[in-house]
This record gives sequence, C-alpha cells and structure tokens, in this order.
Amino acid sequence: MQIYLPIAEVAVNAFLLLGVGGLVGVLSGMFGVGGGFLITPLLFFIGIPPAVAVATSANQIVAASFSALLAHLKRKTVDMRMGTVLMAGGLIGSLLGVQVFNLLRSVGQVDLLVNLCYVVFLGIIGALMLVESLNAIRKSRKGTITRRKHNWVHNLPLKIKFRKSGLYISVIPPLLVGLAVGVLSAIMGVGGGFIMVPAMIYLLGMPTKVVIGTSLFQIIFVTAFTTMLHATTNQTVDIVLAVLLLVGGVIGAQIGTRIGVKLKAEQLRILLALLVLLVCGKLAFDLLAHPGEIYSIAGARGV
Amino acid sequence: MLRIFLLLLALVTPAQSEEVVAGLSQNQISISTNFDGSEIIIFGAVKREQEIDTSSELGVIITVSGPPQALTVRRKEQLAAIWVNRDAVDIRSAPSFYAVATTAPFDEMLSDEADQTFLVSVPRAIYAGVASEGVTNKGAFTEALIRIRRGDDLYQLNEGTVSLVGHTLFNTSIALPANLVEGNYNVRFLLTRNQQVISQYETVIFVKKVGMERFLFNLAYEQPVIYGLLSLFIAIAAGWGASAVFRYIRS
Repeated sequence: MQIYLPIAEVAVNAFLLLGVGGLVGVLSGMFGVGGGFLITPLLFFIGIPPAVAVATSANQIVAASFSALLAHLKRKTVDMRMGTVLMAGGLIGSLLGVQVFNLLRSVGQVDLLVNLCYVVFLGIIGALMLVESLNAIRKSRKGTITRRKHNWVHNLPLKIKFRKSGLYISVIPPLLVGLAVGVLSAIMGVGGGFIMVPAMIYLLGMPTKVVIGTSLFQIIFVTAFTTMLHATTNQTVDIVLAVLLLVGGVIGAQIGTRIGVKLKAEQLRILLALLVLLVCGKLAFDLLAHPGEIYSIAGARGV
Repeated sequence: MLRIFLLLLALVTPAQSEEVVAGLSQNQISISTNFDGSEIIIFGAVKREQEIDTSSELGVIITVSGPPQALTVRRKEQLAAIWVNRDAVDIRSAPSFYAVATTAPFDEMLSDEADQTFLVSVPRAIYAGVASEGVTNKGAFTEALIRIRRGDDLYQLNEGTVSLVGHTLFNTSIALPANLVEGNYNVRFLLTRNQQVISQYETVIFVKKVGMERFLFNLAYEQPVIYGLLSLFIAIAAGWGASAVFRYIRS
C-alpha cells in the first residue's frame, strides 16, 4: 500500500516504513538503544530526502523515548540534576547543529556532513564497544574486578553534588557532553544515546543504574527542541512518516525486549558493536566507491 | 512543382484551417494519502472546414508540463578518496514533470527550428542558468537532470503513443507518477504538418493535495510552530498509546 507523505512529497510503501520502524524497534528493544543511527540511513536508502529524514527521525525519537522515560521515572533511576545539566548543554548544541546543518544544506554538502559524522562516530563507538566487551568477557572469566579511577574530569572547577549519581564533579564535562550530543542530534537525526551512555559511564563515572534513565531525560528534551528547530526553519518534519515509523517501532521493541532477555549482556554488547560497525562500513563504502550517478538534483527547497 | 505549391499553401493558410477540440478524462487530480500516481486520458478531434488534406502527414503532439521549479544540479568528484559534491549548475526553470506524447517519431514530426519556437522537446523545456566557477560543459548537467528524471518517469517521451483515427480523432493516456508536485499542469496540443506546427491549443489540469495532506502541508508552512508542537504531541501520544496497548495485552 503506497502512502503519500505530505512533507517529503514522495509516495512510499506504508509496510516498508512499518518494517523499517519495526526492525529498528527490535534492535532498540534488544540493545536498549534509540536506533536513530539506524533509522536515518535507512530512510536515505528508501529515498526520503536527507533533510526530511534527519528532522523526522528526531521527532520519532522523542516519541520512542517517552514511554521508556516514564518507566525509568517510576523506578526512580533518573538523575534529574545531571539530566538538567546535560540538557542545557544539549539545547545549545542543537541550536549550533541546526545552524551548521542549514549552512551546509545551502552549499549542497549536507549529505557529506551527515555521512562523515556517521562513519566517524559509528566507527569509534563500535570499535570501542567491541574491544571493551571482549575485554569484559575475558575478565569475567578470570574473575578480576575493575575499580573506577579518578581522571582529569574530577579536577575541574565549578563542582556540584549529583546525589543520585553519587558524584561530586564539575559541571563543565557534563555540559560539554550534552553540547556534543546536541550538535549530533541536529546533524545526524539521532538521540545520541550511543555517544552519551559511554561518555557518562567512562568519562563522568556515573553508576550504570542511572545512566539510561538520565540519558533518556536529556534525549527527549534535546530531540524535541531539534524537531521544533527543523520544523520552524526548514519545514522538514513529516508527521505521517514519523507516526508510521513509530507504530512499527513500538511493535518491534516488544519483540526485541523478549529476544534481549534471552541473551547475556556481554553477548548483546558484542552484537551491537558489530551492528554499529556494519552500518559504519556500509556508509564508508558509499563515500569511497564510485557512485552510480555522479550528478544529483537539489530541489528548490534544497532537499 | 505541385509539392512545393502545396507546401507553400500549407505555410500561408491560416492556422485555423485545422483546429484541435480536446478533452481530458479529468481536469483535477487530487493527491490524497493513498495517492499512487494517476493516469489521465487525453482525447480530442481535429476540427476542419475543408476536405481532409492527405498530401502531408498530420501529426498530433501532446505535452503535459508540471509547475516549473528552480533547481541545482550538482556533480560529485573524488576528493582525497571521498566522493564530494563539487561543481554545480543552477537551473533557472525546469518543469517538475514533463511528458511528450506523439503520433510518430518526434524528429520526423517537428523540425529543429519549430521545436526551438514552440519549445516542445524535453531539453527545450529546461532553462539552464548560472554554472558555478570553472564549469565548462553546462550541457552535461542538464543532460544529467533529464536522465535522472527520465529514470523516475518524471520526464517522458512517448513516441507513437497518440493514436490518430481517420485523420480526425485522437487519444492517448499519460501516466503521472506517485511523487507528483502540487500545481497547475499545462496540457498542450500541437498539430503538425511537414515538420511545422499548424495549430496549437492549451488547457490546464489542476493537481491539488486534498484532505489531510493539504491540511498538514499548509500547517507546516503557515504555522510551523503549531505544526512542530502538533508533530511532537501526536508522536508522543502514538508512542505512548501503542505501548500502553501492549502493556494491557500482556497483563
């Protein structure tokens, strides 16, 4: 069944969109990631204009994270203070990111920017995760325990007490982490959990228990803000597209959660790392390989 | 001698000697949510006061052209191993959709000069504009534009698809793809003889988004803040609602 998307101005098979949403939902249920990093490239692939894909997936992430955040709030696993600091950074970052996005769109380099961002970040995160989870498996076999170390992060000024995280650190690192994630959210159409979660654990030293809830808190506000910015400056948020992806996503997430329960945490992380590297490899290949058509048409709306 | 005389006659006789009377199966196309492309039937007759002139072949050319757009065509180049958009040509105006349907091979029906005057063929419907610095062959960019759009069925040259019965009645059908842009689509009818246009007639098809499509599109452009908030609200409500349904099923 073809469905005409009012903003993207293309007709796409509705089941294909439900399928994309569902696939990403399965993965997000399995791994506990938002899946924005998969949705955006998949939307490019099925012919949604990049600007619409990025803006719409930001909208979709808000909704996908909402019910998860409610669950975390109920379990009291959200560090509100940390979340607010991350969010403040994120809003500034999102504002910067949308500016950069619009600037590059006008000179026709936005696809390159988005793709390069994906390749670089997915490459780094995927490799780190793979190494880390392989080490974790090795260590769990040996039975050694890793102890959290103090690093440069703990020697900066403007310290605040984050009671829920049990931390007394400077606000500068979380602000910067939030800012970076905000920029990425605007440019890549992702929530940024895949960057923020490792940064919170390894850089800020937050306890794993509150990491997911707190990052969801930040993600919701920043992606909502990004959606508003894209909607008001570019008119590129396609609500029909977002709803279709979402419905597929919610169903997929239910299936994914059940698969996730049956696998071990380390195995899950290795699988996720491989998946991230796979997407990264595909995008890198597209940048390097000779494109079938070296010409491209940018419309009056720059999409 | 007779042939030359007839040729001259054809040229001097007023264009009104043979005229098009035409109709369309529909003069309004509505883009609704389940819009999946459309096919319009175009039909008509040649009205004439005199006997049928059989000395030269009568041809019918029908063009349908969508609202013109300003575009930019970009070309990728390999820069440090990565394919990057480099050169660009701004197309001042190119129809968003352009279809040409004819009774015979196009080149046999219309001379190049006539094509230049009446702007019938696909390349003639595009007005190239400014090229970025250092671009030498602008032509390659417009060719690429045509090639890409032809691949998407947005530009069509359908030779021999107009059937002309008894030198008088003609009909054809033109397939409009699903990714249609809103606006007025001009339908042009040209009667040709001896590679010249002898009569021309124009009419319009209105392509409009309707219902929800229209509402959302207008809202997005006229009230972007409200649209943005609405998108967030609907998305959250849908996401929350769907997971609530699942929780209910499970319990």
